[in-house]
Amino acid sequence: MAKLDPADLPLEHPDPRGYRVESADGDRMIISVGPHHPSTHGVLRLILELEGERIVNCVPEIGFLHTGIEKTAENLTWQQAITVIDRMDYLSPLSNNLAYVLAVEKLLGIQVPERARYIRVLMVELQRIASHLVWLGTTILDMGLQSGFFYAFDIREGILDIFEEVTGARMNPSYIRVGGLANDVPDNFVPMVQAFLDRFPKRIAEIQSILDDNPVFLDRLRGIGKISKDKAIAYGLTGPNLRACGIDYDVRKAFPYCGYEEFDFNVPVGTNGDAYDRYRVRIQELYESHKICMQALKRLPAGDWQIPDRKIVRPPKQEVRENMEALIHHFKLVTYGFDVPAGEVYQSVESPRGELGYYVVSNGKNKPWRVRTRPPAFYNVFTIPEMVRGELVADLVAVVATIDPVFGEVDR
Amino acid sequence: MKPEALSERLVGRFPEGVEAMDTPFDIPQFRVAPAALVDVATYLKELGYSMLLDVGGVDYYPRSPRFEVVYHFLDMKRHARVRLRCVLDDERPEVPSLTGIWPSANPAEREVYDLFGVVFTGHPNLTRILMPYDWEGHPLRKDYPLKGPREKLEARFAAEKNRFHAPKLAGER
Repeated sequence: MAKLDPADLPLEHPDPRGYRVESADGDRMIISVGPHHPSTHGVLRLILELEGERIVNCVPEIGFLHTGIEKTAENLTWQQAITVIDRMDYLSPLSNNLAYVLAVEKLLGIQVPERARYIRVLMVELQRIASHLVWLGTTILDMGLQSGFFYAFDIREGILDIFEEVTGARMNPSYIRVGGLANDVPDNFVPMVQAFLDRFPKRIAEIQSILDDNPVFLDRLRGIGKISKDKAIAYGLTGPNLRACGIDYDVRKAFPYCGYEEFDFNVPVGTNGDAYDRYRVRIQELYESHKICMQALKRLPAGDWQIPDRKIVRPPKQEVRENMEALIHHFKLVTYGFDVPAGEVYQSVESPRGELGYYVVSNGKNKPWRVRTRPPAFYNVFTIPEMVRGELVADLVAVVATIDPVFGEVDR
Repeated sequence: MKPEALSERLVGRFPEGVEAMDTPFDIPQFRVAPAALVDVATYLKELGYSMLLDVGGVDYYPRSPRFEVVYHFLDMKRHARVRLRCVLDDERPEVPSLTGIWPSANPAEREVYDLFGVVFTGHPNLTRILMPYDWEGHPLRKDYPLKGPREKLEARFAAEKNRFHAPKLAGER
């Protein structure tokens, strides 16, 4: 049998994205970075058009992690959908939980008890720290330094231990539920978080000490991947990436939810919109989140952690065993769920990646009619071409790393 | 800008294209005729709604007209949002593209096209974005089956057809 020559085979699916070399003299080269490449932080394919080592054009290709989460959520009950929504942004599942749950609660007209609200804020801010630490660790690794990666992941481990203690799961905890929380925090929660928070600033300073005076690290970030304010807005950039351009927009301040207006924190803002500013802004956000956590922990009120409405939240197990009515409520909630009044609502939160919004449509039944996500990373990824145009190929790594994309969320 | 004032301005300026809707949850919303969409969006940008937050599709099947495209705009300075909802024709779901005004509409509209089959006229590169590009059908439509005959189809990217990773033949090292 003749040997198969790949070049002789017909290209069955020519790339329909219409990518072609535009240079007439043909001295440009096309290379494809990804979808499996350590520096793309997931499954992102970037088609680069190069002139020498300069990037002339860049086309991101996504969809490799598409799992149809929005479609799946339409076929689960309101409460069940939380579990798949968790898996969108797998580095920050609690932000997803929170945005979706707040949207559903808005439709239902529910106000959760104080304690639930504080625990939500505390957990989401811990999640932001954990997510930023993953970003920090991988960015350090991409810039060629190894030890910082282990420092960052070691700190994150402390947060995951807290999550395990509280929710039973390290990742994808599905902890924030419609009407409150999945369960109350355990007795050792406060000392555990306090111990973590007490050590935290020192440990971040430790990581900073190996970065801030490191000429290799700084040279690889300073002035790289600049984007102007106007372009950032036009491309829908949000979160730390937008604030690095000098725009003071944070959903927690602009459209406070979950009682964020009661907390005292600053919104760090950059000036140049380059990779270095994105790094600075995120580092400062770690300290700001730490501040919010300290306040929330200090003021953590006692009391109920879910609403008393048995039509929405499950009765405690002991009650189910002793009380007929509680058993009926339990049965109804498990088999059918609850109806949500018809309507549509948009609720957004500040996720570690930017404005994470849910446009939820209800038709009055026990399942969501449509759960549209506004994934911040989706829009952030499509600003990469704008940032890398004219840069060197090696700087692409710095740009992708500081954008902090999460492809579970981009592709959903 | 207060919702009433915005409503007055928009409906006053586009009496035929814009219809004010109830605003039960904070965000003022308007029904916009697809023909008037680009003009309304341009006007919103002039009013200070500088960011196109999101473009999403909704399928209200079996209701007719079934498709709706929903736009969220954000005014970053005054912290205000506005929502535009376009009801589309069943047979030819078409709406003009906003890529000329906001580049962020480019990937978002591709996604709506991919998952709902809504055509954005004037879009520079209206191709699939999340699904494989040879996919048939639009998965987020309500009449798209969750399970179906596709399960039984052979894998489309069969290894022997892959020109970059051709399998080794029997006996070949």
